[in-house]
Amino acid sequence: MANTLFDKIWDAHVVQHVEDGPEQLYIDRLYCHEVTSPQAFAGMRERGLKCLRPGNIFCMPDHNTPTHDQDKPIEDPVSKTQVDTLAKNAEDFGLTHFGMMNPKNGIIHVVGPERGLSLPGMTIVCGDSHTSTHGAMGAVAFGIGTSEVEMVLASQCILQQKPKSMRINIEGKLGKGVTAKDIALYLMSKLTTSGATGYFVEYAGEAVRSLSMEGRLTLCNLSIEMGARGGFIAPDEVTFEYVKGREYAPKGEDWEKAVAYWKTLRSGDDAVFDKELTFKAEDIEPMVTYGTNPGMGMGITESIPSLDTVPEAGKASYLKSLSYMGFKPGQKLLGTPVDYVFLGACTNGRIEDFRAFASIVKGRRKADGVTAWLVPGSWMVSEQIKEEGLDKILEEAGFEIRQPGCSACLAMNDDKIPAGKLAVSTSNRNFEGRQGPGARTVLASPLVAAAAAVTGVITDPRTLI
Amino acid sequence: MKQKFNIITSTCVPLPLENVDTDQIIPARFLKATTREESFFGDNLFRDWRYNPDGSLNKDFVLNDPTYSGEILVAGKNFGSGSSREHAAWAIAGYGFRVVISSFFADIHKNNELNNFVLPVVVSEGFLARLFDSIKTDPKMQVEVNLPEQTVTNKATGESERFEINGYKKYCLMNALDDIDFLLENKDKIEAWENKVR
Repeated sequence: MANTLFDKIWDAHVVQHVEDGPEQLYIDRLYCHEVTSPQAFAGMRERGLKCLRPGNIFCMPDHNTPTHDQDKPIEDPVSKTQVDTLAKNAEDFGLTHFGMMNPKNGIIHVVGPERGLSLPGMTIVCGDSHTSTHGAMGAVAFGIGTSEVEMVLASQCILQQKPKSMRINIEGKLGKGVTAKDIALYLMSKLTTSGATGYFVEYAGEAVRSLSMEGRLTLCNLSIEMGARGGFIAPDEVTFEYVKGREYAPKGEDWEKAVAYWKTLRSGDDAVFDKELTFKAEDIEPMVTYGTNPGMGMGITESIPSLDTVPEAGKASYLKSLSYMGFKPGQKLLGTPVDYVFLGACTNGRIEDFRAFASIVKGRRKADGVTAWLVPGSWMVSEQIKEEGLDKILEEAGFEIRQPGCSACLAMNDDKIPAGKLAVSTSNRNFEGRQGPGARTVLASPLVAAAAAVTGVITDPRTLI
Repeated sequence: MKQKFNIITSTCVPLPLENVDTDQIIPARFLKATTREESFFGDNLFRDWRYNPDGSLNKDFVLNDPTYSGEILVAGKNFGSGSSREHAAWAIAGYGFRVVISSFFADIHKNNELNNFVLPVVVSEGFLARLFDSIKTDPKMQVEVNLPEQTVTNKATGESERFEINGYKKYCLMNALDDIDFLLENKDKIEAWENKVR
């Protein structure tokens, strides 16, 4: 028993088994952003409750934040109220709050790991499905609803049915121009958006081990897009090296003790998973999506699947999806003109993503007719971009770097892709209207996004490397 | 919100699409509210399918078709995928649905429905396909969802299936209790756990 890493972490946090019901799970870290928390705090007030463990809870606005002039008040009064409400709630309930313009602010799933708040072996939740991101640290991290946020505010616990376990192995080495984003889009294209529903996924194999921390965060971020509640990677030297010295990470003697414990966090050699899948890294090429869910993806050189490959019950949805995108079965996407390029989001808003984007842009220019939004995931990423001189490369090529936030990933601020326009986006969802009413989204890696930004059409980045 | 759930017998609203994501159930621009007014979210349920870009009603969408009404929404598989937004469950409840029937639900959304006293009923793909047929043949046909017995019955054909729900959550729904009530009663166990790991 308890020989998968998931079992080890989960079981160690079970406060009690509820009879004929879920488990009461202790939560080490709760993150709150402004969108999914106000009703939870309101519920706390109605019941006259205080937070049980305010020290375990960190708040920051990210969804509504504008990506320019953050030193000025937010223009949209409704967005402003929501952001202000979070600050007020944090103050009233005694919680740490990184407000706009605070150098620690950014997208919650970028800030947590980079500040050393998300650590191996933890249970981590947030009212946001992309909380799966933090699993890259070797943690059990998953998204929850607002009622569940209220549960954790009140009791530092959540009632949850234990998910099943799955291991996905990616064996071998990734090819040129193939990134963590492509692994994730490839997995979704094979498993569909519900293929891992009910499971927690452990990613393993040589191709996963060889990813940087940033790449691992991208891969785990997208676990929810296969339906998985969360995804994680056993902590190793890459993890320890990344965590060491970060602001909230353990220091001195505590660090030694922590690492000794973290080294035990791996699945046993005889671990049995409810499901185990293995893929070859060499089969993965740079990916693009062609439809309106992230599972509708293909290799960038491939053609959109024909209708006869789609099961009967799914045909109506498939046709609706392609009609929305303005694409046809059998069509190739290479060479398709692009209107917008978005680099950013909790999926690809980290320093490595800006390095990748800049590597293609260097010595080239932004294509006329392409509007590009480059949005760092946090102020820390923004600073790093400057320290490494990436801002110069990007600005010389005609790009502008904006201020951090979720931005056009879900268009809750002003960064909305206009109706009918085609965007190549490094975000996580291509749902109808996700990036603005009527917007058409092609999900891809920062390399594919950069290739589109400099050529003006969907382009295989391997031809530019 | 908190209301006791027992047996519901109603006509259905059919939505035979798969992978209906929570961005369609309630688009992100309606998530800026800081209160839980169900009528606001209910009014914007399936907003971009229900209304044309100019704000007029989309006559082709099922919620705007007077042929169909009822407290039960019947949807294709993988209903509620994507974002964790509980606003989607508030919109479904706010519109007046008490039950959603599908062959497959996304995890987070399923929990969100349960936490808002909307019952997600998982049926087999065959049952779902035949139910869509029955509704098409007779939009006034009824379905009975019996929580105490954990059965769902297509009253047009008489076909019945058992559905799963854990005993704890069933008790909560039947007695209008929520998880916070339970957790607050168990504070001693939380502190005992904390003392153990320290």
